[in-house]
Amino acid sequence: MRARPLSPHWTIYRMSRYSVLTSLANRATGMVLSVGLLLLIYWLTALARGARAYAQAQAVLGSDLAKVGYAGVIAAFSYHLVAGIRHLVWDTGRGLEKTQSQRSAWAVIVAAVVLAAVSIWWAFRAREGI
Amino acid sequence: MSLQTPLGKALGLGSAGNGVHHWWVQRLTAVALVPLGVWLLVSLVTLPSLDFVTLVSWIGGTWTASLLTVFVITASWHSRLGIQVIIEDYVHDHGLKTTSLVLSGFVHVLLAALGVFAVLRIAFGSPL
Repeated sequence: MRARPLSPHWTIYRMSRYSVLTSLANRATGMVLSVGLLLLIYWLTALARGARAYAQAQAVLGSDLAKVGYAGVIAAFSYHLVAGIRHLVWDTGRGLEKTQSQRSAWAVIVAAVVLAAVSIWWAFRAREGI
Repeated sequence: MSLQTPLGKALGLGSAGNGVHHWWVQRLTAVALVPLGVWLLVSLVTLPSLDFVTLVSWIGGTWTASLLTVFVITASWHSRLGIQVIIEDYVHDHGLKTTSLVLSGFVHVLLAALGVFAVLRIAFGSPL
């Protein structure tokens, strides 16, 4: 008896799940970066208002919560940068084949983790004013 | 009551002519933000010290002030476009959608203005 045709097994969708996941993560990190922009503007505004105002703003900018925020923004930036470059390459019509995009999904994850780890480690070394 | 199908109503009208604009500006700001973002991250991470005087003299430099101004405008614009797409995708109530889009636009313009003003104020030396 001939094998009956089957509907696509779920493993066939694995690539599309990766694709959805990396795309979703790009949106999520983008939203984190919008909050990061808010933080950057607050920081610049505090600096522009002078030394005394900046010292007062340290209650917010120097808090542990803010430090977690900086690490989060650096991690989000690392991912959004690498994944964004992948999207720009896709826009040129390259790298869209299934195996290529599967490979680049992993490349994005590895590169983003490495970039984030190095940046966070380097940013949080002992420095005056932290 | 029109007996025309929705497809019939849409056919033959031609495109609105500006569909590509959002996509194009989004990519343009993305391309610009690659070097700008890397520059800002590397600069902030490698600054020898983060005390007030070091930061103000760094931001006040010609190159830093100029690039920061461009960064603030470009990042605000890119953020506005990104948030817009997310609102359009996930907010389904028409009134709430329009309100959120308008509000997001106002907030982003305000953010850009605050950022540019702050950088210029630091560069022209009033805070010290």
